[in-house]
Amino acid sequence: MFEFFTKINVDWMGLRKPLIAVSIVVLLAGLISAVGRQFTDDGTDAFNLGVDFQGGTVVTVKFRQKPATDEIRGALQNVEINEAIIQDSTDKQDEVLIKVPNVGKREECKDPNGEPMQEAGRCIVKKSLDTFGKEAEGANQLQDDETAAYKIVGTDAVGPIAGAQLRNQAVLATLLGLVGILLYIAFRYDWTYAAGAVIAVFHDVLITLAFFSVFQWEISLTVLAALLTLVGFSVNDSIVIFDRIRENLTLHRDKSLYQVTNDSINQTMSRTIVTNGLVFLSVLALVLFGGEVLRGFSLALFVGSITGTYSTIAIASPIAIWWQAKLGAAKVKEVQIASQSGEKMASASRRSVTRRPVTR
Amino acid sequence: MKNNSLWIRTVIILVVTLAGIYIVFGPCRTPTTADFTADGIKANLAENINLGLDLRGGSHLVMRVKTDEYLKNLAENTAQAALTAAQDAKLPVSGNTVAGADGNYAISLQLTDAAQSQAVIDEVKKKVDLANWTESNNGDTITWSLPSNIQTVLKNQAVDQAMKIVESRINQFGVKEPTLQRHGAESAGQILLQMPGVDDPERIKDLIGAESKLELMKIVGPPNPSPVQTFPTEDAARQSVGGTLPANRRIITYAERETTAPPAGQTPENKPKQFVVVEYPAVVGGDELRDANAVSRTGNEGDYQISFALKPAGAAKFGDWTSKNIGNYMGVVLNGEVKSAAYIKSRIDDQGEISGQFTKSTADDLALTLRSGALPAEIEYQEERTVGPSLGADSIRSGVTASLAGLILIVAFMLVYYRGSGVNAVIALLLNLLLTLAALIMIDSALTLPGIAGLILGIGMAVDSNVLIFERMREELRAGQDVAKAVVLGFDRAFITIIDTHVTTIISAVILYMYGSGPIRGFAVTLILGLLINLFSAVFVSRTIFMWLLQRNPNLQKLSI
Repeated sequence: MFEFFTKINVDWMGLRKPLIAVSIVVLLAGLISAVGRQFTDDGTDAFNLGVDFQGGTVVTVKFRQKPATDEIRGALQNVEINEAIIQDSTDKQDEVLIKVPNVGKREECKDPNGEPMQEAGRCIVKKSLDTFGKEAEGANQLQDDETAAYKIVGTDAVGPIAGAQLRNQAVLATLLGLVGILLYIAFRYDWTYAAGAVIAVFHDVLITLAFFSVFQWEISLTVLAALLTLVGFSVNDSIVIFDRIRENLTLHRDKSLYQVTNDSINQTMSRTIVTNGLVFLSVLALVLFGGEVLRGFSLALFVGSITGTYSTIAIASPIAIWWQAKLGAAKVKEVQIASQSGEKMASASRRSVTRRPVTR
Repeated sequence: MKNNSLWIRTVIILVVTLAGIYIVFGPCRTPTTADFTADGIKANLAENINLGLDLRGGSHLVMRVKTDEYLKNLAENTAQAALTAAQDAKLPVSGNTVAGADGNYAISLQLTDAAQSQAVIDEVKKKVDLANWTESNNGDTITWSLPSNIQTVLKNQAVDQAMKIVESRINQFGVKEPTLQRHGAESAGQILLQMPGVDDPERIKDLIGAESKLELMKIVGPPNPSPVQTFPTEDAARQSVGGTLPANRRIITYAERETTAPPAGQTPENKPKQFVVVEYPAVVGGDELRDANAVSRTGNEGDYQISFALKPAGAAKFGDWTSKNIGNYMGVVLNGEVKSAAYIKSRIDDQGEISGQFTKSTADDLALTLRSGALPAEIEYQEERTVGPSLGADSIRSGVTASLAGLILIVAFMLVYYRGSGVNAVIALLLNLLLTLAALIMIDSALTLPGIAGLILGIGMAVDSNVLIFERMREELRAGQDVAKAVVLGFDRAFITIIDTHVTTIISAVILYMYGSGPIRGFAVTLILGLLINLFSAVFVSRTIFMWLLQRNPNLQKLSI
């Protein structure tokens, strides 16, 4: 058999303090980035929110001859747009993403009734780009019209109200997702495990957000989707280990919870590595080949798939057994792995095990 | 017995697989030999899978009807009408007030003589429709307020009405396969419009926001009982007025909705255009219209009429005109096209009817077009997402490349790491992919770019199930179990874990579906489908393959895992 990690015997629970310290460092870095950015002069916001959440317009433009970023910026300044973000497409040489905030009504942009348009973002960007030559208009693509210099291939415009609405929905969806999972694990296992898993997942979401703040990756609606997927995946890891802890508790009643937890993590390590390695591989494929639209999504999952595995071991399990130990009025001793002194197990998990036996 | 259950399992798997292959790759008609060539399969696949707007290109517009504005206007108009009614009857009213703050819509009339309040109420009610309003009378002030449940109903009506107007306008524009639906919470008053293939939404937005014009015009021609005077060409119509068009005449097209079935071979769409001559200017403009409804005295199909109501000023004008034109034809003209022609039976004041043998649906439509003369309130665009066809095609390419790369990596790993059993996992995986696509087609859900990402992650989850099972089997084998026992234990033990992991992921995907919008929903849908199908492919199918293996060789000593 070709396999990894068949006989590992690591005292994971003993390592929990340094592991948690790592989490705290990353979280602190995220917090410093998020708070610090708001208080530094000409600093950016805590997060680089996409137009989905703060409103604004993103115009994707394909150029025949791509002008320099500064030239585009100058053209935009000529129409009094000073806060534009101009970003080269990561996977296509000739495309540029131009992100402008909501500009509202502008005199130069009118609808056929002669009234100024409600939101002139796309129109004003088009006007500024016309200084580079005309657009291939209507159904014409760039290759159909020799005289055209550029073509607007995509637009995303979100009004300020919709932006706030989407933001609230995103937060609500994430919180509801966590509550739903909390309830399910509490029902299937008990509250101590549920708390451990949910805190671990919450930790994963925060760590991922910390990365997004530090590196100023853009947070769009698809990043929200990635965060919720991450929630699902991270909980999977916790469940696999919890499931094994529950099973081992009934099989080895003489072992301490501390020991059983360590054993369970070690026994499932092979699966953890293989599965997460595979998820990691598919996410890597998304990062490499998924293109600009899925960039944020892929990055969120990329970070999440690593932190998800780590948090199960470093966060979920320690919290679960710490709480159980409290419930059982027994201290989790910093025992050596070798010592197998039978300590009375936590009552909470015992109950749930006898109620729902695993072995058939 | 065991043999029996293996047979049943095999048959189920074969049937499901074949059905899946047919749904994904088969044509929606009797198959021909061309369907078995590579090109035929590709064409069928493209036809079967409903691509989302982000992949095929198109516009996604979320608009909000300003329903508060609608109610405010309603309150103001009603207050004005009430004041006018009371003043016309020479009753002692001194003024009116309108309240519209914080969702409390109320109108009040101030009286100088409290003793006359009942007379005022009676008079106002005669002229003004106050059925929806709650009345309260404290002598010198009469107040009508709009209860919140009625407000909700009216707001919904306004949104539905706006939706119909938007629909008729985009249909005029010739957008292919638009979808129009309510969006988000009902109270938000939002409409989602999706238009595949439209990559310049500015023109559509202009059209939707354009002012619509409805007029009632006299159609020139002999009166009833002769039919409406129509002409096959514009030229023929011009000849009828002596070759040159007088200043008070216009020639416009006549596109009456069918009251009876069209002749064989003609649909309402390809029915030849007709022209009529109308008097200009219009008798009444659309801004004079207050309401319109389909009504039937007998309730028989084909016996529907349109009742409409005009505002006071228009009513006076219209009453005069109709009394002088009994028997003549009147055309209902929407945006320069006669939508319906009917003869005038009697004098029509503010309440009137357009007679004609309408079916219920045509009458409803017509009443709606009448009401929909103008948008009930301003429309505000909240979200606009447009993807041009070239960007869509690029997205398909990157999505497919990423999926294939992910798939190849996973397959390669499984084959190397689990060898013989890896083949088993790969079969389950491919089946999962096939059935997820089939399910997506079955529920007629669009495949979006995030949906493709959902497929890839679904594959990741599918593999996880196999890994759990295989790792468990390896453990059992190491613990000294024989192959048959290890297979059974591996599946049984891992199954509980698999259920738990799937349920938790489905919980978060369902919440994503509930709160997500547009493409994100596509992601949630493919992920949920992939997970559900995985319970079949990774557990049921994989186990059957192991059962079949053990059946052939009951004394198997070594499992390739």
